Amino acid sequence: MSVDKDTVRRIAGLARLAVPAEKLEPLAGELNGIFNWVEMLNEVNVADVPAMTSVVAQKLKWRADVVNDGGVAEELMKNAPEHESTFFVVPKVVE
Amino acid sequence: MTDFTLASARDALKAKKISSLELTTALVKAVEEARPLNAYVTETPEKALEMARASDTRLAKGEGGALEGLPLAIKDLFCTKGVRTTAGSNILGNYVPPYESTVTQNLWDAGAVMLGKTNMDEFAMGSSNETSAHGPVFNPWMAKNSNSKLVPGGSSGGSSAAVAANLCLAATGTDTGGSIRQPAAVTGTVGLKPTYGRCSRWGIVAFASSLDQAGPMTKTVRDAAILLKSMASIDPKDSTSVDIPVPDYEKLLEGGIKGLKVGIPKEYRMDGAPPEIAALWDKGAEWLKAQGAEIMEISLPHTKYALPTYYIVAPAEASSNLARYDGVRFGHRAKGVRDITSLYEKSRAEGFGLEVQRRILIGTYVLSAGYYDAYYARAQKLRTLIARDFTEVYKKCDVILTPATPGPAFAVGDKSDDPVAMYLNDVFTVTVNLAGLPGLAVPAGLTANGLPLGLQLIGKAFDEATILRAGLAIEQAAAFNHKPANWWRAA
Amino acid sequence: MSPTSSSTAAQIIKGQTGDWEIVIGMEVHAQVSSNSKLFSGASTEFGAEPNNQVSFVDAGMPGMLPVINEKCVEQAVRTGLGLKAKINLRSIFDRKNYFYPDLPQGYQISQFQNPIVGEGEVFIDLKDGSSVLVGIERLHLEQDAGKSLHDQSPDNSYVDLNRSGIALMEIVTKPHMRSSEEAAAFLRKLRAIVRYLGTCDGNMDEGSMRADVNVSVCKVGGYDKFRADGSFKHLGTRCEIKNVNSMRFVAQAVEYEARRQVEIIEGGGTIKQETRLFDSKLNETRSMRSKEEAHDYRYFPDPDLLPLELDAAWVETIKKSLPELPDEKRARFVAFGLTPYDASVLVAERELADYYEALAKGVDAKAAANWLNNEILGRLNRDSLTIADVPVSAAANNAIVTMVADGTISGKIAKDLLYIVWTEGGDPRQVVEARGLRQVTDTGAIDAAIEAVIAANPDKVEEVKAKPKLAAWFVGQVMKQTGGKANPGAVNAALKKRLNLPDEG
Ligand SMILES: [Mg+2]
Ligand SMILES: [Zn+2]
Repeated sequence: MSVDKDTVRRIAGLARLAVPAEKLEPLAGELNGIFNWVEMLNEVNVADVPAMTSVVAQKLKWRADVVNDGGVAEELMKNAPEHESTFFVVPKVVE
Repeated sequence: MTDFTLASARDALKAKKISSLELTTALVKAVEEARPLNAYVTETPEKALEMARASDTRLAKGEGGALEGLPLAIKDLFCTKGVRTTAGSNILGNYVPPYESTVTQNLWDAGAVMLGKTNMDEFAMGSSNETSAHGPVFNPWMAKNSNSKLVPGGSSGGSSAAVAANLCLAATGTDTGGSIRQPAAVTGTVGLKPTYGRCSRWGIVAFASSLDQAGPMTKTVRDAAILLKSMASIDPKDSTSVDIPVPDYEKLLEGGIKGLKVGIPKEYRMDGAPPEIAALWDKGAEWLKAQGAEIMEISLPHTKYALPTYYIVAPAEASSNLARYDGVRFGHRAKGVRDITSLYEKSRAEGFGLEVQRRILIGTYVLSAGYYDAYYARAQKLRTLIARDFTEVYKKCDVILTPATPGPAFAVGDKSDDPVAMYLNDVFTVTVNLAGLPGLAVPAGLTANGLPLGLQLIGKAFDEATILRAGLAIEQAAAFNHKPANWWRAA
Repeated sequence: MSPTSSSTAAQIIKGQTGDWEIVIGMEVHAQVSSNSKLFSGASTEFGAEPNNQVSFVDAGMPGMLPVINEKCVEQAVRTGLGLKAKINLRSIFDRKNYFYPDLPQGYQISQFQNPIVGEGEVFIDLKDGSSVLVGIERLHLEQDAGKSLHDQSPDNSYVDLNRSGIALMEIVTKPHMRSSEEAAAFLRKLRAIVRYLGTCDGNMDEGSMRADVNVSVCKVGGYDKFRADGSFKHLGTRCEIKNVNSMRFVAQAVEYEARRQVEIIEGGGTIKQETRLFDSKLNETRSMRSKEEAHDYRYFPDPDLLPLELDAAWVETIKKSLPELPDEKRARFVAFGLTPYDASVLVAERELADYYEALAKGVDAKAAANWLNNEILGRLNRDSLTIADVPVSAAANNAIVTMVADGTISGKIAKDLLYIVWTEGGDPRQVVEARGLRQVTDTGAIDAAIEAVIAANPDKVEEVKAKPKLAAWFVGQVMKQTGGKANPGAVNAALKKRLNLPDEG
């Protein structure tokens, strides 16, 4: 599997990262270097191995259904780059 | 005054030989003087002095917690209420959290004093502290006959430098692939990555959720035991925090290591590693043996797959964890953008540094349609195999002894243009994160040109007490009492 | 109650080149009834000030972590049991990654490969009294997104995260619906089930239930092949119509979309798999351009959450606590003597069914159903009210119907009596006594009234001898004479005797 310019462009689009055109090629090279190194994992037969889904051996904690949070609209707006009363504001989104 | 350890300062405070205000004032001054090291990104002297005074009041009444009046440095990955938190990134800008992380809250509840926030690799992605948006941190140590500046390790490089240079009594760090143990080892300090689930991750800026774990960075093994006791807790706000009571690690230091079974994994003898590392490792085994431990060779057959596994799992999780930095609710927003997609793409490209962008791209790729099974699913299966390796050997031994790093601190700029070479710094530490186990780095000696090297002890899950006890044995045998020359005050 | 074969119910679209069948599958998002959100302690109440029901977790602030709400898990299990579905004792939360301003974390926590509920079934009730089985593919728990308002400013969108993180159950059907009627009926039935269970309020106006409707068309016979071998190649390309929020719109959207697809195919075109929007004002569907880009959600298990493991005994406890569901209630009502269709109408709303049961206690089931349909629901519909608004209790109605049945009052008086208690209140039995509404069964009084009517209409007496059907006119006159209080049966019998009429009149 080899990463080319178009793949980098597609991945960068998915990740919402603006990558200048002239950077696509060098980035593809770098990523290929890393992916070539990672190829060594193919040496291992993992057919019957379960994937690790949790590092800790315990049951998922459950919360009681009580309202004990929220009501911090003003607080949220303090770090907002742009807001209007207690709405976050973004450039117009077309549906 | 700044030479105090946590234990000695605690005892001096209790005996009223010093006050927290005196101690804190001395450290605040040391922090100011050490700005050339760039260890702190945010100093909070007023807050420190105010907390110290409050501690003195409590101490005078014979009250106070386990860390009463003891000044600490906090890695800038921990959200601190009302104090800017950047995670070493421009994308957080001047983000001021309206909440306090569970770990730091535990520390303040125990009476600790906050000196400020320490520098780090951006989003904890790095092994040299060179990816920080605030610039590199310099290692307080320099090689003999050289004045080239060295890296303090990473990603907790600000914390390791601050502890090594006596700019705090101890510091917090976080460790995703070695980010506590590797910087501790190359700065001659002690670093402990606890078992995954021991310290709450709530309020710590996430890098790779299944690997991230907070832990203490200290001057001595005893201090690590003291600090861990206060950092750790059972947190209902973190679903991965484990419901096991926190023991008194300091008390558990006593008793020696007679009969302790120490495994030496043969796969950790790496080709091309400096002979000094192998020699130190052998010496470590001898020290433990001399104190009554039983040394045995063991095998962790999947060791060599750990790093590439890590470089799939960690970026995958990171690519998702870092999606929230989008310029909408907080942090950096690109100027003059009129559509939402450009707003995302420009804000993120401007706000994230190159290493972070590289890892986001890797992570996005390995999760994307058609590649998930080949990369992410396979890596998670390898993780199972790596964890099984440990389960197997722990049927025979109690702890594992390895080198902490493949070499001493390197010069700033030396490895920054070869990502894979940089990633190899974590070769001895990363398996521990993948398996969720505790690991401790202890300073054990100096290279021929005078740079610190560390050894690593790996324990069973939630058996921090045993690696701390073995670490204490190494610390005593090594009698490591070297300190870097103070060159930065003149700088 | 045996389900009819689905294909007989298939709706046919007549095209230029022949007949086409519709195939419909649905994904319904039902908001879980809970006080707080799926992974945070913020309130789920509707209508708060913007961003005022948002915790730092819901806003995706750095370092914030999800902790699951036990009630939401319970509600999902309860719903699964109500859908007669398999409960998966181990399920996994995944992250669905995409960027959108109302998705603060940059991912939605959902369940992808391992949902909490597996295959189940829903019977839908059609007007002709038949039932059709719609297979449920799965039900999973996931977070709702926030809301972007686009019409507040010319250049900007405003983001409100109050909904962000509220628990949703996404219920996915198999492509088993064959007509717009079935699609609407499915949604109606599903809503009835979750309301019975108390797991979702089913309030479509407030967005508590939204349907994504997948529509495709195929040549007649294609669907049966699909049912036979399970291969989707026998079906046409489907389009997904997003967020349809009423039964009526579901039916309209299906109708429009199926016809649109047939026209395209017959015109030589091909259907593009896409997401479409139903415009209820124009009654048409149209492509959603913003959703055009190829999606790659990069699902992976959420490392902040461990697998969700349920205790079989706990699931069993929930199962034991389930209320009687619409199908069971319907079967019981049919056993009482109702027609399947009447029964299905009554059980569609739990409140209505409960009202009916209280009304029908100890009286004839059919008479009670007629009374409810004709006298109560008729009046409610006229005033656009619902069963919750009836000012007369079911017990009071039961008293009225009982009095009709035991002959205390006549059917005519019963209607007047209902009007009185509806508008003035009061206990029906007391009103009957106080106003002397008891039916006259005293033969002397009836005979007197008959004599009076005969005396006043000698011509009619002659006529009725030739035309026995005219007896009804006499009954009416006698009733009038007695102020409606005479028992019509007694009047009829006495008249026949007095006028010497044959029995079958
Ligand atoms: Mg869907
Ligand atoms: Zn959904």
